[in-house]
Amino acid sequence: MLSVKSLHTDYAAAGGAVVKAVQDVSFDVPDGELFTLLGPSGCGKTTTLRSIAGLERPRSGSIALDGRVVYSSEKNIFVAPNRRNFGMVFQSYAIWPHMNVFKNVAFPLEVRKARPSRREIEQKVMRVLATVQLADLVDRDATKLSGGQQQRLALARALVMEPQLLLLDEPLSNLDAKLREAMRFELKRMQRDLGLTTIYVTHDQSEALALSHEIAVMSEGRIVQIGSPRDIYERPRNKFVADFVGSTNFIGGRVASAAAGNGRCGVATALGELNVQCVEALAKDAPVVISVRPEDVELYEAAPPREDGDNVCTGVVEAKVFLGDYLDFQVKVGDSVLLARVHPSLRTPVGHPIHVRMRAEKCVALAESSASRVAA
Amino acid sequence: MRAASRPPSPTLPHKGEGSPLWTPLLIAIAIALVAWLALVPLGFMLWQSVLSPETASSAARFTLDNYRTAYASADTARLLANSLKFALGSAALAFSLGTLLAWINERTDTPFKPLFFALTLVPLIIPGILFTVSWIFLGSPKIGIVNLVLQRIFATDTVFINIYSMPGMIWVDGLHYSPMAFLLMTAAFRAMDPALEESAMMSGATLPRILWRVTIRLASPATAAALLILFVRALESFEVPALLGLPVGIEVYTSAIYDAIHAYPSEIGLASAYGVALLVITSLCVFLNLRIVGRGSRYATVTGKGFRPRVMRIGRWRYVTAAVFLIYVLLVVVLPFLVLLWSSLQRFYSVPTLAALKNLTLDSYRTVFAYPAIGTAVWNSIVLALGSATLIMLATSILCWIVVRTKLPGRALLDNLASLSLVFPGLVLGLAIMVCYLALPIGVYGTIWIMLIAYVTRFMPYGMRYNAASLLQVHKELEESAAMSGASLATTFGRIVLPLLKPGLIAGWIYIVIVSIRELASSILLYSPGTEVVSVTIWEMWQNGQYVELSALGVMMILVLFCFVMLAEFFGRRFGMVEA
Repeated sequence: MLSVKSLHTDYAAAGGAVVKAVQDVSFDVPDGELFTLLGPSGCGKTTTLRSIAGLERPRSGSIALDGRVVYSSEKNIFVAPNRRNFGMVFQSYAIWPHMNVFKNVAFPLEVRKARPSRREIEQKVMRVLATVQLADLVDRDATKLSGGQQQRLALARALVMEPQLLLLDEPLSNLDAKLREAMRFELKRMQRDLGLTTIYVTHDQSEALALSHEIAVMSEGRIVQIGSPRDIYERPRNKFVADFVGSTNFIGGRVASAAAGNGRCGVATALGELNVQCVEALAKDAPVVISVRPEDVELYEAAPPREDGDNVCTGVVEAKVFLGDYLDFQVKVGDSVLLARVHPSLRTPVGHPIHVRMRAEKCVALAESSASRVAA
Repeated sequence: MRAASRPPSPTLPHKGEGSPLWTPLLIAIAIALVAWLALVPLGFMLWQSVLSPETASSAARFTLDNYRTAYASADTARLLANSLKFALGSAALAFSLGTLLAWINERTDTPFKPLFFALTLVPLIIPGILFTVSWIFLGSPKIGIVNLVLQRIFATDTVFINIYSMPGMIWVDGLHYSPMAFLLMTAAFRAMDPALEESAMMSGATLPRILWRVTIRLASPATAAALLILFVRALESFEVPALLGLPVGIEVYTSAIYDAIHAYPSEIGLASAYGVALLVITSLCVFLNLRIVGRGSRYATVTGKGFRPRVMRIGRWRYVTAAVFLIYVLLVVVLPFLVLLWSSLQRFYSVPTLAALKNLTLDSYRTVFAYPAIGTAVWNSIVLALGSATLIMLATSILCWIVVRTKLPGRALLDNLASLSLVFPGLVLGLAIMVCYLALPIGVYGTIWIMLIAYVTRFMPYGMRYNAASLLQVHKELEESAAMSGASLATTFGRIVLPLLKPGLIAGWIYIVIVSIRELASSILLYSPGTEVVSVTIWEMWQNGQYVELSALGVMMILVLFCFVMLAEFFGRRFGMVEA
């Protein structure tokens, strides 16, 4: 298990100002799981990853893997990156251009203290190249590989050392969309097959949702929420998470009736009083924001059946965008505009009235002030 | 650029487990060694500048007269103005020519590029004294061939060009050192992603605009480094001001220093005081350069992605660029070489005429082969050039890495120290080293080692610049991924950093070999019987008025070095340019 405890990192910016890159970051990653650090650029996710790698020295905190402390400010321990035996894939891939595919992968084995025999190195390299499907390109110049091949080469180089921990720094961000999707599945399969504890850094929420056992959403150097992909997506703890992970509708309002036993409460909004899901206890009259995912805004040409707790209202189709496998509708309800993602079979023309239904469990109330709150 | 938003990070291990003990030790040794090489001559120069001339009747004593003469006389402003005018003019001319040619050679589909590349480097191997003499043969108002031809054509007595003038000095010096700018900018262009230029082309920019707005800007750390080297080198230039300026009374600092040393009694103190003025100007340049290097990561244009260099198809412009190369080669190679060749085939120097054609002879070559100690001089030149180039490039690759990549305290000091000898004119450095090792009884004086020390000290800054320019272009993640693979610092350096620096290392090595063979100003004060070098032999011939023998030796030297450059270029292309 990787355990990161209250990590703080700062560095001097130009002009002598101190930038607090990472503040009080703590998390545990159980063996064999893929843990993602998700956030916009500058949120401290890469600095956290580099601190785990040992490429950066935090100001304070501790990092331990399976009880082996690799960094601790208290005990004044700092293990150099080359002694940690963590594999890492860099965003630029950092493929050495003066070596061919084989030599790139063989490098980590060759520089070992206990260097394996030539035959053993060859076997290991070929096995790992077969895993990433690069075996036929073994003699190719590293610079003559395509983007996807370079990415797999970088991964092979990290895997060949049989690391205790795999660190991935936006490994898919330099690939085109189709390849990225293919590599996403491949990465997931490989990670699950090998059972390798993995830390994954990305700013792409769909990557994070697709790959992770657990996600930590970071903002301004802090972790704002940790949870399973489903948790993060369906039960965002605050406005930042809801907004950053996927697209969402925000509806402002005030708590009209406090939570009943089922975790529901009523919120007075511009659309009328809505039944919503409350993650935390909210006082009456507290200002809240309701987050509803576009795919949870259901549209009907005829009035929909209304079950207990459903929110139903009517609006006018203002605009729509055809996106192939789905349609985006902008629906004007009163003065507010809702974004709805629906099946392309719905063909209501622009300007026509339409019925809207939002199930209570899909509407999440977020306290206005919780935007900067830190998840426990 | 995403990398720019990353915080700077220390890549050296810190104390705690796994910190190799030799790292701080190595750095301490590096600083001590560089400080010894750079500071001892500096100390001596300062010491000398406050001493009165030593004569048979009176010992040297403390005085400020030298500074009074150097800075408070009526000539002070004129000397400074002349020096700056000359250095700026020469650096600007060399840089514009070198950059234009480097771009044409690296980025366009101009025909015969490999041939042009080799020819462009030829002026580098021509010692300054030979190049200057050949342009005296070409551009002198009285015997200059260019003037004579133009006068014949227009049937007039007008002097068309006069090489004995400030523009003449700038012309000869700038032309002579444009290949240096060419080499520096070639390395920069080779390390740059051509997609950046192609996207400018797609934006509708014309070729000159791309060159000016994108290419040169992206290469700006290399550009600044190149301009700095060219400017400082022009300030140090000795042969051109001595041969072209002094006869008509145009003095710059170096020729003033030369005059002072050759006065009787020798005014070493005054020369050193002039040296201090140069030191102030060049220190300023080094300081500027350090600031440029400091923000270099913004310009890291080589990443591990490894792009393929591509050239632009410039269509009919190819003929224009080829013509530019042809005219250039004519001016810097063909004309000077032909005039030397002509002179070497005469018994006494005379202007080319049909009558003189009948007197062609190889006598001068026979005289050269019979010249005393010519074999020793050639051997010494070769040993010194190869030794100093190899030592410098390997040592400065480590120094540069410390300066550019680490956050260690003292790295700025290290860079300043290693670049410090840029401020020493060759004459002053030679003098300082001579007196220093005369005073220190370690058996170096009078051997070839004192010249090796002088060469290493003098050319170390060039090694630093070459390595810094290429190190700045290597993405940090390439080293970090080696660390993550378990490689120690030493392994990473040997197997990742050095191979990636190879284009710059080779370019710098070639350059230092050439300038070492050409070196005159320091050697002239340090050689003793048995340790002469070729350039000293040429100097002796010039002093003796043996112009035709000088031409013969010059022609042979140029031919041999030309073959060397061809070979080096061949091996460079074969083994060095995988990633360029």
